[in-house]
Amino acid sequence: MSRDTVTIFERSREGRRAFTAPRDDVPQVPVKELLPASAIRERPAELPEVSEPELVRHYTTLSSKNFHLDEGFYPLGSCTMKHNPKLHERVAALPGHAKLHPLQEPEYAQGALCLMFRLQQALSEIAGLPHVSLQPSAGSHGELTGLLLTRAYHEERGERRTKVLTPDTAHGTNPATVTMAGYEAVKVGTADDGGVDLEDLRAKASEDVACLMLTNPNTLGLFDRNIEEIAHIVHDAGATLYYDGANLNAVMGITRPGDMGFDIVHFNLHKTFTQPHGGGGPGAGPIACSDRIEPFLPVPQVVERSGANGSRDPFFDLDFDRPKSIGKLRGFQGNFGVFVRTYAYIRSLGGDGLADVSAVAVLNANYLKARLAEDGIGEHLPIAFDRTCMHEFVLSGRGAKEKLGVRTLDIAKRMLDHRVHPPTVYFPLLVDEALMIEPTETETKERLDHFADVVREILEEAAEDPEVARTAPHTTPVRRLDEAGAAKRPAVRWRPYDENPGDPERAREAPASGSGAM
Amino acid sequence: MLAAIGVGSLDELFADIPESLRLDRPIDLPDGLSEQEVFDELSRLAARNRHAEDEITFVGGGMYDHYVPAVVDTLVSRSEFLTPYTPYQPEVSQGGLQVMFEFQTAISELTGLPVSNASVYEGPSACAAAAYMAKLETRRSRIVTSRGLHPHSRAAIRTHAAGYGMDVVETPLNGGGATDLDALAAAIDDDTAAVFVQQPNFLGTVEELGDLLATGKDRGALAVCAADPLPLGILKPPGELGADICVGEGQTLGNRLDFGGPSFGFFAAAERFIRRMPGRIAGETRDLDGRRGFVLTLQTREQHIRREKATHNICTAQALNALAGVVYLSWLGKRGLVEMAELMLRRTHYAREALGLPLINPGPVVREFAVRVPDLDDFMRRARAEGINPGYRLARDYPEYEDGLLVAITERRTKDHIDRLAALSARAREQVAA
Repeated sequence: MSRDTVTIFERSREGRRAFTAPRDDVPQVPVKELLPASAIRERPAELPEVSEPELVRHYTTLSSKNFHLDEGFYPLGSCTMKHNPKLHERVAALPGHAKLHPLQEPEYAQGALCLMFRLQQALSEIAGLPHVSLQPSAGSHGELTGLLLTRAYHEERGERRTKVLTPDTAHGTNPATVTMAGYEAVKVGTADDGGVDLEDLRAKASEDVACLMLTNPNTLGLFDRNIEEIAHIVHDAGATLYYDGANLNAVMGITRPGDMGFDIVHFNLHKTFTQPHGGGGPGAGPIACSDRIEPFLPVPQVVERSGANGSRDPFFDLDFDRPKSIGKLRGFQGNFGVFVRTYAYIRSLGGDGLADVSAVAVLNANYLKARLAEDGIGEHLPIAFDRTCMHEFVLSGRGAKEKLGVRTLDIAKRMLDHRVHPPTVYFPLLVDEALMIEPTETETKERLDHFADVVREILEEAAEDPEVARTAPHTTPVRRLDEAGAAKRPAVRWRPYDENPGDPERAREAPASGSGAM
Repeated sequence: MLAAIGVGSLDELFADIPESLRLDRPIDLPDGLSEQEVFDELSRLAARNRHAEDEITFVGGGMYDHYVPAVVDTLVSRSEFLTPYTPYQPEVSQGGLQVMFEFQTAISELTGLPVSNASVYEGPSACAAAAYMAKLETRRSRIVTSRGLHPHSRAAIRTHAAGYGMDVVETPLNGGGATDLDALAAAIDDDTAAVFVQQPNFLGTVEELGDLLATGKDRGALAVCAADPLPLGILKPPGELGADICVGEGQTLGNRLDFGGPSFGFFAAAERFIRRMPGRIAGETRDLDGRRGFVLTLQTREQHIRREKATHNICTAQALNALAGVVYLSWLGKRGLVEMAELMLRRTHYAREALGLPLINPGPVVREFAVRVPDLDDFMRRARAEGINPGYRLARDYPEYEDGLLVAITERRTKDHIDRLAALSARAREQVAA
């Protein structure tokens, strides 16, 4: 066992502690006089017993085993790994934000409600849709909200629709959301140019269809040139058109989902708007919608009431009186701390700055695409759909697999030895051995050139000796891990008596680890 | 760069966007500001909020004014934890993955259930996720909830259930502010997928949890307990009392109030549900050299592999907040958690006695209790004038407690704070006596 890989539970020694309880200044009534015996815990929870220095060292050591955005290039497609401005952490931590109770009366939370109201207005302007709810907790929660709104809208009209269309390029969250919202997911094909197959869409856009969920630009990084026609087809069928905002970073200030004909949009504030990803959250997934959807928005809505209390100042309030609302998606008002960071970002950049973000994101993606199409790279990793891309693009590793004997997985793992994070791999599903690359506006030309050099070096090395990539990574805290063994005999918590749960022999045969997008 | 791409201008890169859809004006937002100006603006906004250090607050109702130790701030603000994505490449994500594994272990210990995921969004939506899992598991279409379950949890279940097609039935509290056992049992039928109760319940009542969780067992309904993790330091774990699933809000474990989020939700269950759980789960394994390591496991449950057949659609969850949670629990430690829970228990009972007002839930309580306050408006006004926020008006969620006040106690509310609140209630006590 590696010396470092010890859980906090194994560091525990009886009697050690970091915490000192505040003085217990009320009468020392025994617990058994205050609680019935049937309610009292018999054995304390086996939490670790560690000193503060050991606690700090443990988690600092763990942190050193993470690759992270502040360290280097992180071109995960559809994840939008853009710089997280440090100011945002400072303003989110202001006591007026961080220590504000969610049930504080609105009269004593005017700053927070004002910030939320202004953020709603800004997101509305960016989306080109008049109404916003900040409540959903992440992108997939926003998707679910969108379909629940769609259901409420159709039910009010006396319509019972049963299907939702999702393109075969869609993020996995889309079809998963469809099922959770009680609909049947129906796949729509992709045309030769990478856009929605219009014939297929026309054939499937029946009266049973409640919604088409679309990402534009899509997960291939391509803007669907037929979006106006798509909107016509969907609306003629009486369905709603839903915009998965995961790829909004490509088009801010250039075009707007509302203008394209979308009825409902979600924003990933942890993608486009710099909320740090935190190793898997928190995020936030506000939605914007059109007038016909607005009556159904979740409660509460943040509203501005002018002239309240006889004052001339605007008063910001929480509006619970929304009889047609779908209700609440979660507790309280949403992930306010994320709203603070998003608001700071929008205030820093202004309207022009946001448009610049998208322009540079698209420029960077196209530049890197061009660099990766050069001789020595392009023949091994051909572009899946050869068009001008937006903020991301998808390569296929089939050339490398056939000619060099290394799979996309191997190339990705070898990148780890070069201290760059691999792209999203094996997604979208319709591209063989896919690598989905999103550099974002954060990166300089030098960073992009370095990445292209790394890819070239890996391919040249594979031509000489494919085994190096096949057995990569070699310099990381651990090598390839036995994922099949982990799933077969799951060990999902520490137990003092656990035996070796994985079988090292199987690690090599593990399926596409690290696959899956977003 | 344009030359390398082979275009003459940035504009050419957007040629695929039809002219008719181009925004022909700048986005209508104020001009950008310098860092200093943004800081000043945000500081001014923050100053318009009355936060938990501006007043002595007895407001709870699902989130609580606990002390967050410095060690939590220090560790969660490290870039290595703050700025990575979900650990899709385990070889360079062992830190985050091990944190998840340790978090799962701690939640498992607290709840008395063997399997925990690595976090869900927050408490109420965790209840909705449990309802969805119960539907997948039982193929039934009815949810029964006690009215003691947090109003936001009940609302979130209803909202989500409208999608996946379940009816939600609510059963009342008894005269003592505890779940009415007979009413709960009577509401359960053969189409009931799950029964939801909360420990302590929304009023702070310590429920007779074992009896409540047993009610649906013979009808094949899953028993779901929502719980506040801190009182679980002294309360019997739901898993030992028959809960199939235990979910809850994690804000109380080292997370800030943040006006309601982000915090984290937890989701623990009996072993047999491991392949139906929502969200990420970290598992222990070995690498090619036999070294111990951690991976995201059982991913075939998840949306990015199984798409429409996934057990849930959740993707981004609350990893950083869960890190705060496990650091906090390690800081408290085995004994500290018990001390903290006992402190809260004693102060809750002390405060209830000191206030001397008519009790809505006279039985055992922890962390919160509910009283009736004659002329509640006047009481609130007087308290506010003295820098005290005396609690949450129950009538906002429970019209049946028109003059009800829910008073929350944390380790930050000292005897002195409580005595000041008690002094304020003297007039109310006189009104009761009269």
